[in-house]
Amino acid sequence: MSETVEMKRAARRATGGEVDLGELSAALGAAAAEEGLLDIAYCEVDSPVGQLLAAATPAGLVQLGYPNQSRDEMLAALAQRISPRLLEAPARLDPVRRELDEYFAGKRQRFDLRLDWQLTSGFRQQVLRETAAIPFGETRTYMEMAASAGSPRAHRAAGSALGSNPIPIIVPCHRVLRSGGGLGGYGGGLDVKRELLTLEGAL
Amino acid sequence: MPAANAHPPFQALVEAHATDVARFLRGMVGAEAAEDALQDTFLAALRAYPGFDGSNPRAWLLTIARNKAIDERRRKRPEPFADVDGIVARGGSAQPDGEALWAAVGSLPQKQRAAVVLRFALDLRYREVGEAMGTSEEAARRSVHEGLKSLRKSDAIEEVRA
Repeated sequence: MSETVEMKRAARRATGGEVDLGELSAALGAAAAEEGLLDIAYCEVDSPVGQLLAAATPAGLVQLGYPNQSRDEMLAALAQRISPRLLEAPARLDPVRRELDEYFAGKRQRFDLRLDWQLTSGFRQQVLRETAAIPFGETRTYMEMAASAGSPRAHRAAGSALGSNPIPIIVPCHRVLRSGGGLGGYGGGLDVKRELLTLEGAL
Repeated sequence: MPAANAHPPFQALVEAHATDVARFLRGMVGAEAAEDALQDTFLAALRAYPGFDGSNPRAWLLTIARNKAIDERRRKRPEPFADVDGIVARGGSAQPDGEALWAAVGSLPQKQRAAVVLRFALDLRYREVGEAMGTSEEAARRSVHEGLKSLRKSDAIEEVRA
């Protein structure tokens, strides 16, 4: 046996062993949060409409991603737009997971989560804030949302604001429909929109 | 909050390099102390992340890990490794897994130990060992060879072969 092979074999035995990545990043996340270094914590949340990706800053929930969105792209965009100090650290998302579970179990009609609106601005944010106030089980039209955000004729812009909603479900853009009663669009896919409206008894 | 920049999510660095950093630390301070040192390394890296130039994350993390290992060994005496002489004296036949050899690595001077661990536990090329140690490829090669020479002198390598 050559010396190199012998050294590598001994080294592998002495230093090998799996690293539990989940455990490491959770512990790291907790220590980082204590030091104010955890700019974004994220985790996956199971739901009846698929696995959601929830991300929160110290200010609140900043994004909720649908299964049809690329996880890597969403995280890379968050790193670029907000901060690369971003870890998979579920602790900060505990309230989000709990309230979503309750919502999908039919036990919650209103979310009491702190939201971080920094991924939106201007008219879009205005529309989304108005959307956040639509009660459970009710629906509005794109035109109504444009009007309540102060620009009655901007229903297309309202539609694109809702399409860019970074925090769906919690900011219930699924409650906004076309004037004729058509479903309109939905970032998570129309099946999900239908499922949410059915859950709320609005369809 | 830090300004927007092109750094990838820190989690990606953890996922890509945790295994290498853990191996390096186990080789440097022993398996038990390596657990805390691993978290300390990534926490220090997270702190420094906005200032990192992004060019070679593995070398950057290993440099931080090496500093953590030095801190750790300064803080903790005696050596976290098994009693080298005892293991070597018992001879190779009882140590088919190279335990004696690796225990002897633990007694090498810090620079040689780091070079030997990077070369053999992480299977890095000399150029990469140099990058992680902030030295030239040549200096890295020299450190590894000096380390091996010390191991031969302490009979650790021959004992394992016997």
